[in-house]
Amino acid sequence: MATTVTERAGPTSRTVDWRGLLVGAGGLIGVLGLYLALLYAPEEATMSHAQRIFYVHVPAAWTGFLAFAVVFAASIGFLWTRRRAFDLAAHASTEIGVVFTTLAILSGAVWGRSAWGTWWTWDPRLTTTFMLWFIYVVVLMVRAAGGSGGQSARFAAALGIIGFLDIPLIHLSVVWWRSLHPLPVVVRPEGFGSGLPPEMLTALLVNVAAFTALYAALFSIRRAQMAAQDALAALREAARRPAMRRDRPGMEEGKR
Amino acid sequence: MSTLGVVRLLVWKDLILELRSREILTAMTVFAMLVAVMFNFAFSPSAQDARRLLPGMLWITLAFASTLGLSRSFVLERDQQCLEALRLSVLDPGLIYAGKLLSNLLALLVVGALLLPALAVIAGVPLGPQLGPLAAVLALGSVGLVAVGTVFSVMSVSTRSREVLLPILLLPLAAPVLISAVRATLTILAGRPWADILPGVRLLVAFDAIFLTVGYLVFEHLLEE
Repeated sequence: MATTVTERAGPTSRTVDWRGLLVGAGGLIGVLGLYLALLYAPEEATMSHAQRIFYVHVPAAWTGFLAFAVVFAASIGFLWTRRRAFDLAAHASTEIGVVFTTLAILSGAVWGRSAWGTWWTWDPRLTTTFMLWFIYVVVLMVRAAGGSGGQSARFAAALGIIGFLDIPLIHLSVVWWRSLHPLPVVVRPEGFGSGLPPEMLTALLVNVAAFTALYAALFSIRRAQMAAQDALAALREAARRPAMRRDRPGMEEGKR
Repeated sequence: MSTLGVVRLLVWKDLILELRSREILTAMTVFAMLVAVMFNFAFSPSAQDARRLLPGMLWITLAFASTLGLSRSFVLERDQQCLEALRLSVLDPGLIYAGKLLSNLLALLVVGALLLPALAVIAGVPLGPQLGPLAAVLALGSVGLVAVGTVFSVMSVSTRSREVLLPILLLPLAAPVLISAVRATLTILAGRPWADILPGVRLLVAFDAIFLTVGYLVFEHLLEE
């Protein structure tokens, strides 16, 4: 872990501080996104300024899904190779995904209150997102509940896989369920693309880019944090142990 | 030993245990009946309402009852170090999954077979001609529930919070099975033609297949110490 020393000393002439770069770029795009969303994009005809929530809501939802897709891929990678790095990636991404999904649900509720006159409705998309949120909160609970050795990591990975596959199934079942039971008022979340003026689309895409950069920054920071925790635990373990051992830090043999 | 022989042996072991103790099945059945009665206190449905409420009552009760059985399913194995023996055996972990799944399924089917007529009597809904399709949906839904549930029962037995975790894991992840099972039961009870019932049944079959496959693939990683 020689890099920690250079990291503490700040980026030197030779190392490129990718993390700082990401945070900076995300911040800059974010400011631009805010400007585009609040000032540049035209006012929507029927929904007025409440529509501007759209520029937070859609990027947040997108980032949440992206994060869970990363969890899915990292979970498969972990069960396949048992490399700790995959587990850290899955864990970090789960946390961030839950935060962004929460943001998407809350911003959607505020918008729904203004546009539909209700905070919540059991529309397929809303129901699916809500279940998605539940599943990953449960994944975090499993991680917190722990288990011996690398067990909680394996459990969380299994859940990360099953949970991600569950999402289209839940959506399918809810769509089928609702299509037989039409709602009295046809409520549809704003879809983007066809009916969107170019200014709005620009504002949206810039905000999506900002959120994605924010995700990448948070992800790398959280991962580094967890890796540092691992290293610290390994050092403590080594200090407690009289015999010299040169195990790699954070491996699963730590239990015995 | 043949694959089928191994699975049969594993199921047989669970059956003997259950026959001797009568622990799980009694608890599940009594619990299911109690919940059914509680639902009728809660809703006191008229004959008209009952037909609409029965599917929901049936599947929520079954889901709750299944968590009882599933949470015990691996506790017994752990207490007597049987889990260690299974881990040490050279069996394909997928077969252990199949065995456990089958014995859980048997328990749930017994409860379902008792619960459905009981609910129908309590709520005053005649089942009569719809019994065939209802039994099919009951079986398909139960398969989906235990396919996910068996995975989580081995998970919850190894974590610190144990049984607390199981329902929290099961309900959101088995949601697609529960939603489509409720929906299929509803269409059957409404006396709709077969063409209306079929999409739900097809969906259930697809969910069962997906959950069984994923469960089989993942189980091996969960059984390890």
